[in-house]
Amino acid sequence: MSAVLEVTNIKKSFGGINAVDGVSFDVCEGEILGLIGPNGCGKSTLFNCILGQLTPSGGEVKLDGKVVTGLRPSELNKLGVSRTFQLLQVFPKLSVRENLILAGQEHQGNMASRLVGRSDAGLTDAADQMIGFFKLDHLATEPAGGLSYGQQKLLDAAMAFMGGPRLVLLDEPAGGVNPSMLADLKERLVAINREKNATFVVIEHNMEFVMSLCSRVMVMAEGKVLAMGRPDEVRKNPAVIEAYLGH
Amino acid sequence: MNGFARPLKIALGLIVVAGLIIVPMNFNRYGLFILSQWAVMTIAAMGLNLTLGYAGQVSLAQGAFVGIGAYAGAIMTTHGWPLPVAVLVAIVLSFGVGWVLGYPALRVQHHYLAFVTLAFSTLAFLVFRNESWLTGGIYGISNIPRPHIFGIATNKPLPFYYVCLGSLAIVSLAVWWLIRSPWGRAFVALRENPLRAQSLGIDTRRYTLMAFAIGSALGGVAGALYAPLTQYIDPVPFNLSLSLDLLMMVIVGGAGFYFGPFLGAMIAVLLPEWLRFTEGYYLMLYAIAVMGLLIWSPTGILGILDRHMAARRTKAASALRAVAKSRLETAQ
Repeated sequence: MSAVLEVTNIKKSFGGINAVDGVSFDVCEGEILGLIGPNGCGKSTLFNCILGQLTPSGGEVKLDGKVVTGLRPSELNKLGVSRTFQLLQVFPKLSVRENLILAGQEHQGNMASRLVGRSDAGLTDAADQMIGFFKLDHLATEPAGGLSYGQQKLLDAAMAFMGGPRLVLLDEPAGGVNPSMLADLKERLVAINREKNATFVVIEHNMEFVMSLCSRVMVMAEGKVLAMGRPDEVRKNPAVIEAYLGH
Repeated sequence: MNGFARPLKIALGLIVVAGLIIVPMNFNRYGLFILSQWAVMTIAAMGLNLTLGYAGQVSLAQGAFVGIGAYAGAIMTTHGWPLPVAVLVAIVLSFGVGWVLGYPALRVQHHYLAFVTLAFSTLAFLVFRNESWLTGGIYGISNIPRPHIFGIATNKPLPFYYVCLGSLAIVSLAVWWLIRSPWGRAFVALRENPLRAQSLGIDTRRYTLMAFAIGSALGGVAGALYAPLTQYIDPVPFNLSLSLDLLMMVIVGGAGFYFGPFLGAMIAVLLPEWLRFTEGYYLMLYAIAVMGLLIWSPTGILGILDRHMAARRTKAASALRAVAKSRLETAQ
């Protein structure tokens, strides 16, 4: 299988601190890669460098073999790279449906057609399908700010999929989500992965979630890659146990 | 506004529009002037509401764009160009200048952006005052003609009021279309969470510049109508205090609400007139009324209505939940 994302020797320093210190990895098409490591090891900074929210101090990011380092987040999103955030990032005053239409509208037509065309950019049906898929049906017209934390997490994930992305970077999707909703979320992610052949990179602290969802797991510590491999291999790795999992 | 049924809303809208057309027929010269001023200032405030209320970009320069439009209108119509052409030039000019003024907004936000736009406002005022070869300097431009629309002279106050009202209607429809288009949604996203907006493919740079340019262009439209309304312009009305007045109209009416500027401009233009009977006290009463309103409802007049509607929705939703819960309990 070909690599969707190739990250080569990415570095990011803030003053004297090397938050990300020469990280390289590939993600194959259709793969779900887990990314774990202690707090402050540079996982989110790595995401932000890949997604153009931060400019890396060095290194290269390739999408489908093309260098995309330094592109703006909106440009990367147009190329099919989407993300969710560690902290909730929905638009609280817009309804659930409006949030989803917003999440997909820039992938429809161009600036001119978005001005003169339909106010929903032809996305109401797609949004409602997504609402159904994430079991938010009864909440479609509610302002997103009125949803529970877990429901907002689901909406946040649903928004990442509206543009039909090929690659999605999820930053702690399970954080603060109750067990039954978490099982739902995992089921949705697996379904999208299989049906749409979407590739995921998932940062997560919930080991059970990571180990059961991901085909490979990368462990980071102090800005570097500590280990990479199948979940059961990583779990037994002494260096990983020492740095992160604990005895 | 979801509390009203749709036919009721349409009926209400028609009554207001009919009122605005019919009632002023008996107004005297001064009353018509004030009402025309309301229409013109509403257009400018709608522009600022787009930039500030919807897209969240602070601007203290809207008055300067009214000035740019007014001078464009005055210079062109006194040189024999028809008003519609002058309005078009005012739109293009203030759109272009507004676009350029948008660039600082890509780097600075909030108070800092307010300062940048404030500096621009001062700059524009100095150009109006000092470039006498173009603007007539402190003597201004007089004898600004009022247009013939479809062969009808609008020299008299009533026909010209209808010109202002018609322009307001066109601008209102255009803004209504804009804010319910995907652009309007993108503007709101820009205000609420630019970081998330970017990650969803929204080109925040382009939309920020557009928000400034379109908002400014509406300021230009208002200016191009203001010139023939007063038939004489000098730099003074377009100094910083006009920008502050327009800002107040947007905030008092309710920033980010479609009808906010209509109400805000009504309060800013009409309330001082209604308070005239109090003679020396009217400015004080006006100031106190505005302060009281903003303490009571920082989101403006329409913010009060919005809160009321939200409270009703919450009540209805919790009633529904209570019913569902009791059903669940009986089922057990």
